[in-house]
Amino acid sequence: MLQATITLQLYKGGIFIDRAIMPTTVKGKGFYMSLEYYLILSALLFTTGVIGVLIRRNAIIIFMCIELMLNAANLAFVAISRSLGEATGQVFVFFVMTVAAAEVAIGLAIIVSVFKHRQTVNVDEVNSLKG
Amino acid sequence: MNAEQILFILFGAVSLIGAIAVISFRHPIYSALSLIVTFFAQAGLFVLLGAHFVAAVQVIVYAGAIMVLFLFVIMLLNLGTLSVQGAIGRKLKGLAIILGILFAAEGIYIAMNALNDTAVASAESTGATITTTTYDIGELLFSKYLLPFEVTSLILLAALIGVIVLVKREGQEEN
Amino acid sequence: MENFPLVLIISSIVKILIVVHMLLIGVMIMIWSERRVSGWMQDRLGPNRVGPQGLLQPVADGLKFLFKEDLIPDHVDKPLYVLAPAMLLVPALITVAVVPFGSSITVLGHEIPLQIADINIGILYVLAITSLGVYGVVLGAWASNNKYSLLGGLRSSAQMISYELTLGLGIIGILMLTSSLSLREIATTQGAYPWQWNFLIHFPAFLAFTTAMFAETNRLPFDLAEAEQELVAGYHTEYSSMKFAMFFMAEYMNMIVGSAVTVTLFLGGWHFFGLENMGGPVWSGLISFGIFFLKTAIFLFVFIWVRWTLPRFRYDQLMNLGWKFLLPVALSSIVVTGILWITTHSRLIVGIGNVVAAFIVVSIVAGLLVMKTPKPAIQDSDNRLTPTALDAIE
Repeated sequence: MLQATITLQLYKGGIFIDRAIMPTTVKGKGFYMSLEYYLILSALLFTTGVIGVLIRRNAIIIFMCIELMLNAANLAFVAISRSLGEATGQVFVFFVMTVAAAEVAIGLAIIVSVFKHRQTVNVDEVNSLKG
Repeated sequence: MNAEQILFILFGAVSLIGAIAVISFRHPIYSALSLIVTFFAQAGLFVLLGAHFVAAVQVIVYAGAIMVLFLFVIMLLNLGTLSVQGAIGRKLKGLAIILGILFAAEGIYIAMNALNDTAVASAESTGATITTTTYDIGELLFSKYLLPFEVTSLILLAALIGVIVLVKREGQEEN
Repeated sequence: MENFPLVLIISSIVKILIVVHMLLIGVMIMIWSERRVSGWMQDRLGPNRVGPQGLLQPVADGLKFLFKEDLIPDHVDKPLYVLAPAMLLVPALITVAVVPFGSSITVLGHEIPLQIADINIGILYVLAITSLGVYGVVLGAWASNNKYSLLGGLRSSAQMISYELTLGLGIIGILMLTSSLSLREIATTQGAYPWQWNFLIHFPAFLAFTTAMFAETNRLPFDLAEAEQELVAGYHTEYSSMKFAMFFMAEYMNMIVGSAVTVTLFLGGWHFFGLENMGGPVWSGLISFGIFFLKTAIFLFVFIWVRWTLPRFRYDQLMNLGWKFLLPVALSSIVVTGILWITTHSRLIVGIGNVVAAFIVVSIVAGLLVMKTPKPAIQDSDNRLTPTALDAIE
């Protein structure tokens, strides 16, 4: 089924199979996954993260969902980087990871200190600015 | 079906299932584990895309450091009993999921039309087929992106100081 | 898949089978030799009843583990409890895939490198997989739902995160001089003679790396995760029969793989005075494999030796060692190697510079510590965990 959709896609754009977007480790012949599928997967992962942030009230899980969204963005970066044939996208992934690491350290420290004050990590119960 | 398609479907499915598991499990530990699975599948996708360095760094940074921190905090706070209260009403949940699906549809629509974008399409037609190596990334990082690279070190320093200030207790001045 | 040559597939399968079985048998030999060597070091005999010289003792132990009742306590979190031993064992097993255990053998005109997979990010792969080992310990500890286990798991995770940094930073000097991440490349660029090997060029980094590796395997000077005088048996208190055996095997497997990686990175791989080039295309491969095997065995002996020589660290000593000594030494090694290599291109000068720099760094840190005169009282280890672990992300 997937094969069919891919073929349809390629014919729609009037493109041929050997107009391969991506280099693969398996050299030579073969059918390459096109950029769209990676982007769709990335969009789905990002959405899952968004839904998680909306429906979960546990601060730690919300944090994990943010990580998930950052990762979805990374996936899109790498996919586009390969489709453009240059490494810039991967450099950005590197930066995203650095920011994610810093963010997790700070965020978890905040969660730990909030927990120490209020004995909860439920974001609905931490709704006043008083310490 | 060739190898890349099979692997893409495999890794893609695993990462999606893992992502959904992250937001469905009641207990944060299980969520964290599902997230690790997702990160792994994504590392697999990165390998598939020829970005070996990024795949390795993904596992080292996310699975090896960030998720260990998550687990550490979950264990430290012992959130087991608290997690059950972490859900909201049915109605709002339904609304959130509907909004999410709309959002996903939007994302997919954009992704499907990405090839029509002239910039991407023209670059694609050149058909560059080189797997990026660590060398390429390093070269970019230390030439074109030297300033951002240095700034990331400032971000990390700021995070470091912030964490120490946040966690340091009063009356614990010495040692 | 049709463009994959048959020889490649067959040789890969054979290599995987050989390596995995060597690891498993190596674990048995390690269990036996650990007990015999420790007996020898403590002037007693050790196990010598089952088979010649007690060689069959691990088999007897294994059978005992297999036939014991597989007990799962009521209060545990069952899925994770069952999963944890496997999560410790699997990383230990798959790390070895990128370790080159010899030069190459030519069979029927095909040159077969003695390595399962020579990937171009080899050393990063090793670091990535090593960093996963902590999950088995942490999840096992948490799933046991036991105070002592949890303490063991917390200690272990903080310890592993702290020492992983040194592990990663310690090898950057080597990468700078080799300009490759492939383990085979790193092994081949080291010459045939011991003074060309990396451990002399990067001596402080070698010491830091080895210490960090000891910490990563959770063995005696660093076995705070299972300190039996304090925590019953730490993270594996609740485990019995085959599940405990898996934890046990993973520890020894980690030792073996860690030794093999150290030999590849620092001790010249399969090189030894040109001996590895003797004989024909088949023999040279086998000899190189033998050399690698012997070097790894000697390094494993050092593991056992250290275990029965050094007492366990206190928790704050452990963190001090990791963060205040090993990490600065590893960092200084990177800076000095980089500067001296670019200015002089001489391995001798880099080697001397590294030692001098490490000496200066250690004296400065030790001087600062002595000036501050830390309180002799033992800190509550739990309260100390959080800031250190959060720092680790840096």
